[in-house]
Amino acid sequence: MTSADARPTPGRVERSTTDRRLVLSGALFGAGIAASVVDLFVLHLLLQWHHFYDLSTTEVALAADGLFHAVAWGMTVAGLFLLADARRCGAVPWGRWTGAVLAGLGGFQLLDALVNHKLLGIHQVRYDVDLLPYDLAGSAAIVLLAGLVVLWRTRHRA
Amino acid sequence: MSEPLVAAPHLHGTAVDAWAVVEGAGLTALGVAAALYAIALWTSRRRSPWPLRRSACWFAGLACAALAIGPIARAAHESLTAHMAGHLLLGMVAPLLLVLGAPVTLALRALPIDEARALSRLLRRPPVRWLTHPVVAGLINVGGLWLLYGSASDEDGLFALMHGSAFVQAVVHLHVLLAGYLFTASLVGRDPDPHRAPLGVRAAVLLAFIALHSMLAKWLFAHPPVGFDPVDAQAGAQLMYYGGDVVDVTLLVLLGLGWFAATRPRARAARPVAAA
Repeated sequence: MTSADARPTPGRVERSTTDRRLVLSGALFGAGIAASVVDLFVLHLLLQWHHFYDLSTTEVALAADGLFHAVAWGMTVAGLFLLADARRCGAVPWGRWTGAVLAGLGGFQLLDALVNHKLLGIHQVRYDVDLLPYDLAGSAAIVLLAGLVVLWRTRHRA
Repeated sequence: MSEPLVAAPHLHGTAVDAWAVVEGAGLTALGVAAALYAIALWTSRRRSPWPLRRSACWFAGLACAALAIGPIARAAHESLTAHMAGHLLLGMVAPLLLVLGAPVTLALRALPIDEARALSRLLRRPPVRWLTHPVVAGLINVGGLWLLYGSASDEDGLFALMHGSAFVQAVVHLHVLLAGYLFTASLVGRDPDPHRAPLGVRAAVLLAFIALHSMLAKWLFAHPPVGFDPVDAQAGAQLMYYGGDVVDVTLLVLLGLGWFAATRPRARAARPVAAA
Protein backbone atom coordinates (compact mmCIF):
# COMPACT_ATOMS: atom_id res chain seq x y z
CA MET A 1 0.00 0.00 0.00
CA THR A 2 2.57 2.54 1.10
CA SER A 3 5.11 1.52 -1.52
CA ALA A 4 2.46 2.06 -4.18
CA ASP A 5 1.82 5.54 -2.78
CA ALA A 6 5.51 6.36 -2.69
CA ARG A 7 6.14 5.15 -6.22
CA PRO A 8 3.28 6.27 -8.46
CA THR A 9 3.03 5.44 -12.16
CA PRO A 10 5.89 6.74 -14.31
CA GLY A 11 5.59 10.39 -15.09
CA ARG A 12 6.65 13.80 -14.00
CA VAL A 13 5.69 13.38 -10.33
CA GLU A 14 7.74 10.23 -9.83
CA ARG A 15 10.74 11.69 -11.59
CA SER A 16 10.80 14.75 -9.38
CA THR A 17 10.46 12.60 -6.22
CA THR A 18 13.30 10.37 -7.35
CA ASP A 19 15.39 13.40 -8.20
CA ARG A 20 14.75 15.03 -4.85
CA ARG A 21 15.82 11.81 -3.14
CA LEU A 22 18.97 11.65 -5.26
CA VAL A 23 19.96 15.23 -4.45
CA LEU A 24 19.18 14.63 -0.77
CA SER A 25 21.33 11.49 -0.89
CA GLY A 26 24.29 13.37 -2.36
CA ALA A 27 23.93 16.33 0.00
CA LEU A 28 23.66 14.10 3.08
CA PHE A 29 26.64 12.00 2.00
CA GLY A 30 28.74 15.07 1.20
CA ALA A 31 27.91 16.79 4.48
CA GLY A 32 28.39 13.53 6.38
CA ILE A 33 31.85 12.78 5.01
CA ALA A 34 32.86 16.42 5.47
CA ALA A 35 32.12 16.09 9.18
CA SER A 36 33.06 12.49 9.85
CA VAL A 37 35.61 11.15 7.40
CA VAL A 38 37.42 14.35 6.42
CA ASP A 39 37.55 15.60 9.98
CA LEU A 40 38.56 12.26 11.47
CA PHE A 41 40.98 10.83 8.96
CA VAL A 42 42.47 13.90 7.36
CA LEU A 43 42.58 16.46 10.16
CA HIS A 44 42.98 14.19 13.20
CA LEU A 45 44.90 11.16 12.04
CA LEU A 46 46.79 12.14 8.89
CA LEU A 47 47.74 15.76 9.39
CA GLN A 48 47.26 15.83 13.18
CA TRP A 49 46.48 19.51 12.96
CA HIS A 50 44.25 19.38 15.97
CA HIS A 51 43.75 16.87 18.68
CA PHE A 52 40.36 15.25 19.00
CA TYR A 53 39.80 17.16 22.21
CA ASP A 54 41.19 20.32 23.76
CA LEU A 55 41.32 20.49 27.50
CA SER A 56 40.00 24.06 27.23
CA THR A 57 36.73 22.92 25.67
CA THR A 58 33.65 24.11 27.55
CA GLU A 59 30.86 21.70 28.43
CA VAL A 60 28.41 23.30 26.00
CA ALA A 61 30.93 22.95 23.20
CA LEU A 62 31.55 19.35 24.23
CA ALA A 63 27.84 18.56 23.97
CA ALA A 64 27.55 20.35 20.63
CA ASP A 65 30.57 18.48 19.29
CA GLY A 66 29.10 15.14 20.38
CA LEU A 67 25.84 15.90 18.57
CA PHE A 68 27.71 17.03 15.44
CA HIS A 69 29.67 13.81 15.56
CA ALA A 70 26.58 11.60 15.82
CA VAL A 71 24.66 13.47 13.14
CA ALA A 72 27.68 13.30 10.83
CA TRP A 73 27.80 9.50 10.92
CA GLY A 74 24.02 9.34 10.59
CA MET A 75 24.08 11.54 7.48
CA THR A 76 26.90 9.55 5.86
CA VAL A 77 25.10 6.22 6.28
CA ALA A 78 21.66 7.63 5.39
CA GLY A 79 23.09 9.26 2.24
CA LEU A 80 24.60 5.98 1.07
CA PHE A 81 21.37 4.03 1.67
CA LEU A 82 19.36 6.65 -0.24
CA LEU A 83 21.86 6.26 -3.10
CA ALA A 84 21.44 2.48 -3.02
CA ASP A 85 17.67 3.04 -3.10
CA ALA A 86 18.00 5.37 -6.11
CA ARG A 87 20.14 2.77 -7.89
CA ARG A 88 17.60 -0.01 -7.52
CA CYS A 89 14.85 2.31 -8.81
CA GLY A 90 16.73 3.06 -12.05
CA ALA A 91 19.86 4.56 -13.59
CA VAL A 92 21.58 7.14 -11.40
CA PRO A 93 22.68 10.42 -13.05
CA TRP A 94 26.13 10.37 -11.48
CA GLY A 95 27.05 13.92 -12.52
CA ARG A 96 24.05 15.30 -10.69
CA TRP A 97 24.77 13.17 -7.64
CA THR A 98 28.37 14.38 -7.59
CA GLY A 99 27.12 17.96 -7.71
CA ALA A 100 24.92 17.29 -4.70
CA VAL A 101 27.89 15.73 -2.85
CA LEU A 102 30.02 18.82 -3.53
CA ALA A 103 27.23 21.12 -2.36
CA GLY A 104 26.77 19.10 0.82
CA LEU A 105 30.51 18.92 1.49
CA GLY A 106 31.09 22.63 0.96
CA GLY A 107 27.92 23.63 2.76
CA PHE A 108 28.71 21.62 5.86
CA GLN A 109 32.35 22.68 5.94
CA LEU A 110 31.25 26.32 5.72
CA LEU A 111 28.72 25.85 8.51
CA ASP A 112 31.32 24.02 10.60
CA ALA A 113 33.89 26.76 10.07
CA LEU A 114 31.42 29.47 11.04
CA VAL A 115 29.45 27.83 13.87
CA ASN A 116 31.84 25.34 15.43
CA HIS A 117 35.09 27.23 15.17
CA LYS A 118 34.04 30.85 15.28
CA LEU A 119 30.83 30.96 17.33
CA LEU A 120 31.42 28.11 19.79
CA GLY A 121 35.19 28.13 19.57
CA ILE A 122 35.44 24.37 20.08
CA HIS A 123 38.92 24.10 18.68
CA GLN A 124 41.10 25.81 16.15
CA VAL A 125 41.65 24.07 12.85
CA ARG A 126 45.38 24.61 13.17
CA TYR A 127 47.16 26.24 16.03
CA ASP A 128 50.20 27.89 14.52
CA VAL A 129 48.40 29.56 11.61
CA ASP A 130 45.71 32.08 12.44
CA LEU A 131 44.42 32.81 8.97
CA LEU A 132 43.64 29.24 8.06
CA PRO A 133 40.03 29.07 9.30
CA TYR A 134 39.21 31.88 6.90
CA ASP A 135 41.00 30.11 4.04
CA LEU A 136 39.06 26.97 4.86
CA ALA A 137 35.76 28.86 4.94
CA GLY A 138 36.68 30.42 1.59
CA SER A 139 37.52 27.11 -0.08
CA ALA A 140 34.39 25.56 1.45
CA ALA A 141 32.33 28.34 -0.16
CA ILE A 142 33.97 27.63 -3.53
CA VAL A 143 33.17 23.89 -3.26
CA LEU A 144 29.58 24.74 -2.30
CA LEU A 145 29.27 27.08 -5.29
CA ALA A 146 30.76 24.49 -7.66
CA GLY A 147 28.24 21.93 -6.42
CA LEU A 148 25.33 24.34 -6.86
CA VAL A 149 26.48 25.16 -10.41
CA VAL A 150 26.62 21.45 -11.31
CA LEU A 151 23.14 20.94 -9.81
CA TRP A 152 21.78 23.88 -11.79
CA ARG A 153 23.32 22.72 -15.08
CA THR A 154 22.01 19.14 -14.70
CA ARG A 155 18.50 20.16 -13.57
CA HIS A 156 16.85 19.18 -16.91
CA ARG A 157 18.49 15.77 -17.05
CA ALA A 158 16.95 14.79 -13.73
CA MET B 1 63.54 -4.18 48.32
CA SER B 2 63.13 -4.49 52.06
CA GLU B 3 59.65 -3.00 52.18
CA PRO B 4 56.89 -5.49 51.39
CA LEU B 5 55.20 -4.78 48.09
CA VAL B 6 51.83 -3.11 48.43
CA ALA B 7 49.44 -5.74 47.26
CA ALA B 8 46.45 -4.84 45.14
CA PRO B 9 43.21 -5.26 47.16
CA HIS B 10 42.18 -8.36 45.28
CA LEU B 11 45.33 -10.21 46.25
CA HIS B 12 44.56 -10.14 49.99
CA GLY B 13 43.88 -13.47 51.67
CA THR B 14 40.12 -13.93 51.66
CA ALA B 15 39.48 -11.29 48.98
CA VAL B 16 41.31 -13.34 46.38
CA ASP B 17 38.48 -15.85 46.60
CA ALA B 18 35.83 -13.21 45.95
CA TRP B 19 37.42 -12.12 42.65
CA ALA B 20 38.00 -15.69 41.55
CA VAL B 21 34.45 -16.73 42.54
CA VAL B 22 32.90 -13.81 40.64
CA GLU B 23 34.99 -14.56 37.55
CA GLY B 24 34.19 -18.27 37.78
CA ALA B 25 30.46 -17.60 38.18
CA GLY B 26 30.44 -15.25 35.19
CA LEU B 27 32.30 -17.69 32.96
CA THR B 28 30.00 -20.52 34.09
CA ALA B 29 26.92 -18.44 33.19
CA LEU B 30 28.38 -17.82 29.72
CA GLY B 31 29.10 -21.54 29.40
CA VAL B 32 25.47 -22.31 30.28
CA ALA B 33 24.31 -19.81 27.63
CA ALA B 34 26.49 -21.58 25.05
CA ALA B 35 25.19 -25.01 26.12
CA LEU B 36 21.53 -23.90 25.99
CA TYR B 37 22.00 -22.57 22.47
CA ALA B 38 23.69 -25.82 21.40
CA ILE B 39 20.87 -27.89 22.96
CA ALA B 40 18.26 -25.75 21.18
CA LEU B 41 20.12 -26.24 17.89
CA TRP B 42 20.09 -30.01 18.48
CA THR B 43 16.42 -30.12 19.50
CA SER B 44 15.28 -28.17 16.42
CA ARG B 45 17.60 -29.94 13.96
CA ARG B 46 14.68 -31.45 12.01
CA ARG B 47 13.18 -28.06 11.23
CA SER B 48 14.26 -25.74 8.40
CA PRO B 49 18.03 -25.16 8.40
CA TRP B 50 19.25 -22.61 10.95
CA PRO B 51 21.63 -20.07 9.34
CA LEU B 52 25.21 -20.83 10.35
CA ARG B 53 26.05 -17.14 10.72
CA ARG B 54 23.52 -16.85 13.56
CA SER B 55 25.19 -19.63 15.54
CA ALA B 56 28.60 -18.14 14.75
CA CYS B 57 27.44 -14.72 16.02
CA TRP B 58 26.06 -16.19 19.26
CA PHE B 59 29.20 -18.14 20.17
CA ALA B 60 31.48 -15.26 19.11
CA GLY B 61 29.43 -12.94 21.30
CA LEU B 62 29.82 -15.24 24.30
CA ALA B 63 33.57 -15.48 23.59
CA CYS B 64 33.84 -11.67 23.58
CA ALA B 65 31.99 -11.49 26.90
CA ALA B 66 34.23 -14.20 28.38
CA LEU B 67 37.33 -12.32 27.25
CA ALA B 68 35.99 -9.15 28.84
CA ILE B 69 35.13 -10.59 32.26
CA GLY B 70 38.14 -12.92 32.39
CA PRO B 71 41.66 -11.81 31.38
CA ILE B 72 40.76 -8.25 30.39
CA ALA B 73 38.92 -7.57 33.67
CA ARG B 74 42.03 -8.69 35.57
CA ALA B 75 44.26 -6.37 33.52
CA ALA B 76 41.73 -3.55 34.00
CA HIS B 77 42.78 -3.10 37.64
CA GLU B 78 45.96 -1.39 36.48
CA SER B 79 45.09 -0.05 33.05
CA LEU B 80 42.21 2.10 31.84
CA THR B 81 42.99 1.06 28.26
CA ALA B 82 42.32 -2.55 29.23
CA HIS B 83 39.19 -1.44 31.10
CA MET B 84 37.93 0.29 27.95
CA ALA B 85 38.72 -2.69 25.73
CA GLY B 86 36.65 -4.76 28.16
CA HIS B 87 33.85 -2.17 28.21
CA LEU B 88 33.64 -2.10 24.41
CA LEU B 89 33.66 -5.90 24.19
CA LEU B 90 31.14 -6.49 26.98
CA GLY B 91 28.83 -3.52 26.43
CA MET B 92 28.82 -3.14 22.65
CA VAL B 93 30.46 -5.93 20.61
CA ALA B 94 29.16 -8.91 22.61
CA PRO B 95 25.55 -7.59 22.80
CA LEU B 96 25.51 -6.92 19.04
CA LEU B 97 26.78 -10.43 18.25
CA LEU B 98 24.37 -12.01 20.73
CA VAL B 99 21.42 -10.10 19.23
CA LEU B 100 22.46 -11.25 15.73
CA GLY B 101 22.40 -14.80 17.11
CA ALA B 102 18.57 -14.47 17.40
CA PRO B 103 18.28 -16.55 20.60
CA VAL B 104 14.51 -15.97 21.05
CA THR B 105 13.76 -17.21 17.53
CA LEU B 106 15.83 -20.30 18.19
CA ALA B 107 14.09 -20.90 21.54
CA LEU B 108 10.67 -20.63 19.87
CA ARG B 109 11.76 -23.27 17.34
CA ALA B 110 13.21 -25.61 19.93
CA LEU B 111 10.55 -25.44 22.66
CA PRO B 112 7.43 -27.66 22.62
CA ILE B 113 4.42 -25.78 21.30
CA ASP B 114 2.84 -24.96 24.70
CA GLU B 115 6.09 -23.67 26.18
CA ALA B 116 6.80 -21.68 23.02
CA ARG B 117 3.38 -20.05 23.31
CA ALA B 118 4.02 -19.26 26.97
CA LEU B 119 7.35 -17.66 26.03
CA SER B 120 5.80 -15.54 23.30
CA ARG B 121 3.01 -14.50 25.72
CA LEU B 122 5.65 -13.53 28.26
CA LEU B 123 7.52 -11.44 25.70
CA ARG B 124 4.31 -9.59 24.81
CA ARG B 125 3.59 -8.55 28.39
CA PRO B 126 3.67 -4.79 29.16
CA PRO B 127 6.85 -4.83 31.33
CA VAL B 128 8.85 -6.54 28.57
CA ARG B 129 7.31 -4.24 26.00
CA TRP B 130 8.39 -1.26 28.10
CA LEU B 131 11.91 -2.52 28.67
CA THR B 132 12.48 -3.20 24.99
CA HIS B 133 11.38 0.26 23.89
CA PRO B 134 14.46 2.04 22.46
CA VAL B 135 14.03 5.11 24.68
CA VAL B 136 13.80 3.06 27.91
CA ALA B 137 16.57 0.66 26.89
CA GLY B 138 18.72 3.61 25.84
CA LEU B 139 18.19 5.36 29.18
CA ILE B 140 19.08 2.19 31.10
CA ASN B 141 22.22 1.79 29.01
CA VAL B 142 23.40 5.41 29.05
CA GLY B 143 22.35 5.90 32.69
CA GLY B 144 24.65 3.10 33.79
CA LEU B 145 27.53 4.46 31.72
CA TRP B 146 26.96 7.94 33.09
CA LEU B 147 26.98 6.71 36.71
CA LEU B 148 30.15 4.74 36.04
CA TYR B 149 32.27 7.15 34.02
CA GLY B 150 30.78 10.40 35.28
CA SER B 151 32.09 9.41 38.71
CA ALA B 152 35.44 8.15 37.44
CA SER B 153 37.52 10.97 38.94
CA ASP B 154 35.68 10.64 42.27
CA GLU B 155 37.48 8.92 45.16
CA ASP B 156 34.33 7.08 46.27
CA GLY B 157 32.35 7.02 43.04
CA LEU B 158 30.97 3.91 41.40
CA PHE B 159 34.06 3.59 39.22
CA ALA B 160 36.43 3.42 42.21
CA LEU B 161 33.99 1.13 44.02
CA MET B 162 33.93 -1.22 41.05
CA HIS B 163 37.70 -1.54 41.02
CA GLY B 164 37.76 -2.22 44.76
CA SER B 165 34.97 -4.76 45.16
CA ALA B 166 34.43 -8.02 43.32
CA PHE B 167 30.70 -7.91 44.01
CA VAL B 168 30.22 -4.39 42.63
CA GLN B 169 32.27 -5.31 39.59
CA ALA B 170 30.08 -8.34 38.97
CA VAL B 171 26.91 -6.21 39.19
CA VAL B 172 28.38 -3.57 36.85
CA HIS B 173 29.46 -6.21 34.33
CA LEU B 174 26.06 -7.88 34.41
CA HIS B 175 24.33 -4.51 33.94
CA VAL B 176 26.62 -3.49 31.08
CA LEU B 177 26.04 -6.75 29.18
CA LEU B 178 22.26 -6.94 29.74
CA ALA B 179 21.65 -3.22 29.13
CA GLY B 180 23.77 -3.45 25.98
CA TYR B 181 21.75 -6.43 24.78
CA LEU B 182 18.41 -4.76 25.52
CA PHE B 183 19.51 -1.57 23.75
CA THR B 184 20.91 -3.33 20.67
CA ALA B 185 17.85 -5.59 20.43
CA SER B 186 15.50 -2.61 20.61
CA LEU B 187 17.33 -1.00 17.67
CA VAL B 188 18.32 -3.78 15.28
CA GLY B 189 16.89 -6.92 16.91
CA ARG B 190 16.54 -9.98 14.70
CA ASP B 191 14.03 -11.70 16.97
CA PRO B 192 10.28 -11.21 16.46
CA ASP B 193 9.18 -7.97 18.10
CA PRO B 194 5.46 -7.27 17.80
CA HIS B 195 5.90 -3.72 19.05
CA ARG B 196 9.08 -2.60 17.31
CA ALA B 197 9.44 1.17 17.49
CA PRO B 198 9.26 3.13 14.21
CA LEU B 199 12.51 3.64 12.30
CA GLY B 200 12.59 7.36 13.10
CA VAL B 201 12.47 6.73 16.85
CA ARG B 202 15.17 4.07 16.63
CA ALA B 203 17.42 6.30 14.50
CA ALA B 204 16.97 9.27 16.87
CA VAL B 205 17.77 7.12 19.93
CA LEU B 206 20.87 5.69 18.25
CA LEU B 207 22.12 9.17 17.28
CA ALA B 208 21.56 10.41 20.83
CA PHE B 209 23.47 7.40 22.13
CA ILE B 210 26.40 8.03 19.77
CA ALA B 211 26.52 11.67 20.88
CA LEU B 212 26.44 10.79 24.60
CA HIS B 213 29.02 8.03 24.21
CA SER B 214 31.46 10.35 22.47
CA MET B 215 30.81 13.06 25.09
CA LEU B 216 31.56 10.60 27.89
CA ALA B 217 34.78 9.52 26.17
CA LYS B 218 35.95 13.11 25.97
CA TRP B 219 34.85 13.79 29.53
CA LEU B 220 36.96 10.85 30.64
CA PHE B 221 39.86 12.19 28.59
CA ALA B 222 39.67 15.46 30.51
CA HIS B 223 38.95 13.90 33.93
CA PRO B 224 41.09 10.75 34.18
CA PRO B 225 40.19 8.39 37.06
CA VAL B 226 42.26 8.53 40.22
CA GLY B 227 44.94 5.88 40.50
CA PHE B 228 45.51 5.47 36.78
CA ASP B 229 48.46 6.67 34.74
CA PRO B 230 47.25 9.82 32.87
CA VAL B 231 48.81 8.72 29.57
CA ASP B 232 47.12 5.32 29.85
CA ALA B 233 43.85 7.01 30.86
CA GLN B 234 43.91 9.24 27.77
CA ALA B 235 44.68 6.27 25.54
CA GLY B 236 41.71 4.48 27.14
CA ALA B 237 39.40 7.44 26.52
CA GLN B 238 40.43 7.58 22.86
CA LEU B 239 39.87 3.83 22.54
CA MET B 240 36.35 4.38 23.92
CA TYR B 241 35.77 7.16 21.37
CA TYR B 242 37.06 5.48 18.21
CA GLY B 243 36.14 1.92 19.18
CA GLY B 244 32.64 3.10 20.06
CA ASP B 245 32.43 4.70 16.61
CA VAL B 246 33.17 1.40 14.88
CA VAL B 247 30.30 -0.36 16.65
CA ASP B 248 27.99 2.67 16.32
CA VAL B 249 28.50 2.87 12.56
CA THR B 250 27.85 -0.88 12.32
CA LEU B 251 24.55 -0.29 14.17
CA LEU B 252 23.69 2.58 11.80
CA VAL B 253 24.37 0.33 8.80
CA LEU B 254 22.20 -2.47 10.26
CA LEU B 255 19.41 0.06 10.84
CA GLY B 256 19.79 1.23 7.23
CA LEU B 257 19.74 -2.35 5.93
CA GLY B 258 16.44 -2.90 7.74
CA TRP B 259 14.98 0.17 6.03
CA PHE B 260 16.45 -0.89 2.68
CA ALA B 261 14.83 -4.33 2.88
CA ALA B 262 11.50 -2.96 4.12
CA THR B 263 11.19 -0.41 1.29
CA ARG B 264 12.07 -2.86 -1.48
CA PRO B 265 10.04 -1.99 -4.61
CA ARG B 266 6.99 -4.18 -4.98
CA ALA B 267 7.86 -5.46 -8.46
CA ARG B 268 11.00 -7.13 -7.21
CA ALA B 269 9.50 -8.27 -3.92
CA ALA B 270 6.83 -10.17 -5.86
CA ARG B 271 9.47 -12.43 -7.38
CA PRO B 272 10.42 -14.81 -4.57
CA VAL B 273 13.15 -16.50 -6.63
CA ALA B 274 15.12 -13.27 -6.88
CA ALA B 275 14.81 -12.68 -3.15
CA ALA B 276 16.34 -16.06 -2.32
